[in-house]
This record gives sequence, structure tokens and C-alpha cells, in this order.
Amino acid sequence: MTNYFKDKHLDQLHILAASQTRDKDALSQEGVERVLNELSQDFDYIVCDSPAGIERGAFLAMYFADEALVVTNPEVSSVRDSDRVLGILSSKARLAERGESKVKEHLVLTRYNPARVAKGEMLSLEDVKEILAIPLLGVVPESSTVLTSSNSGVPVIREEGSDAGLAYQDLVARFLGDEVPHRFITEQKKGLFSKLFGAT
Amino acid sequence: MDWLKFFRAEKSTTAKTAKDRLMLAVAYQRSGQANGPAYLPKLREELLGVVRKYIQVPDEAVQFSVQREGGLEVLELNITLPDS
Repeated sequence: MTNYFKDKHLDQLHILAASQTRDKDALSQEGVERVLNELSQDFDYIVCDSPAGIERGAFLAMYFADEALVVTNPEVSSVRDSDRVLGILSSKARLAERGESKVKEHLVLTRYNPARVAKGEMLSLEDVKEILAIPLLGVVPESSTVLTSSNSGVPVIREEGSDAGLAYQDLVARFLGDEVPHRFITEQKKGLFSKLFGAT
Repeated sequence: MDWLKFFRAEKSTTAKTAKDRLMLAVAYQRSGQANGPAYLPKLREELLGVVRKYIQVPDEAVQFSVQREGGLEVLELNITLPDS
């Protein structure tokens, strides 16, 4: 299978587009399994980006997973969906069905705004951890860079000096086994200088 | 009086409301996943049919739940009778 293409910047990263049909009902369990088996002969990690919401595409990505990064943001609807996803992972994923082991779950909390948490306007990291009860992999702060880098088609992790980019770098390092302290989870008091000049 | 709220020790915030709503939604969701024998909806429907032979009750007057306590499974059926 050679239908994947190489990333412009990272020669070890390859991308395979999913079926571009209106819905993902064209995907079959056997087909997805075959593709993943073939890929696993050439690659160390296969990252399935699953669609938001819980439909067939997401279910198939979950079904074959060894590890799952459950990405949620501090909104009621998002955390509730993540709880549903965790329910499916623990009961319907292949590892769970076979009863061999379970999918290793990691929590990723995005769009986090410690200042709003301090004001009581946003669910806190502790709230989300308490409800979902899975180990935390990383917190990505709310950042205007995410939209602007998405606008220009650049992954935010490549934006030098952006908080969100740094948070993703930490997160990857942690996933690969490094001990990296969490940042951006408490309010950073702005100095007079950055207040005046509006640095973010 | 609104200004009294200002002095109350525990301020109710929207984050607190969000957490409460979330806990409720998640509890409901989890109970649905854990206690969902396939026959449950049909059982509910048939029981409702039997009750209706004798008393006219609306759909929402029947509360139906399965709870697990210790090793015990408890089927709880609550029927609110209409005012006569």
C-alpha cells in the first residue's frame, strides 16, 4: 500500500486520508483492520484521528486501539461525550472484547483558560479529572494561535513560542515516557509590561 | 434582595452549575450503559399495558429503573396514579 503521502516537514510522518464520503459508513471493520495491519509492518505508531461525535468512523478508530487519547474541552457537552467514549472503550473495544487487557486511556484537556477557571466561569481541571477519572496526559491552554495556525494550515505544535504549541510538545514527550511537569494550568499573572502591550 | 447574595459565603458560579449538570448527565448515561438488558423497553411497555387495563395513566407516570445494590439487582417500578 503506497497511497499515503509524506509530511512536508517531517520525513518520518506519513498521512493517509480517510474515505472522503459524506458519512463513514463505507468503512468496514475488516477493511480498517487490514489497513492497520499493513501499516503496522512499516510504522511504529499509527495515530487515528477520530471524528468528533460518536459515529462509525470514531467507533472503528476506537475498536482497534491499544491506547486512546481522549481529547475534551471544559464544556458540559464535550466532557459528557468523552464519558460515553470511555464507556465504549472499556466495553466494546477489541482489547476489552477479548478480555486480554484494556485500552490505555489518557486525558487531554484543550482550550483551557485558568483565568476563567479562577473566576468560576469554567470547569476546572480537577472537575474534569474527577468526573472522567483517567490519568492526565496534558492540558492545552486556550490560545488564539490555534485558529490562526489552522487558518494557514500549519500545525500549532510548529508555532515557535506559542503556549498551545509548547503544551502539545510537552504532551508528546510525556506520551513517549518523559517526565515533563504540567504548565499552563494556573493563572499567569500578567506584568505591567505585558498588560500595556497586550502580549499573549 | 439581590445585594444580599453578594455577602453569601458560597458564591454559586456557572462552573459549579456546569459540574452539577455534568454529574447528573454522566450518572444517567452510566446507569443506562450498565443496566440495559435488551428486554427492558419491551417489559416496560407490556407492564404499562397491564396497568392501563385497570387505570388510565399517561406514559410519563411510569418510572422504571434497574439498580444494583451489593450483589442484588432491584427492578423498581413507580406508577403515579392520577388524581381521582
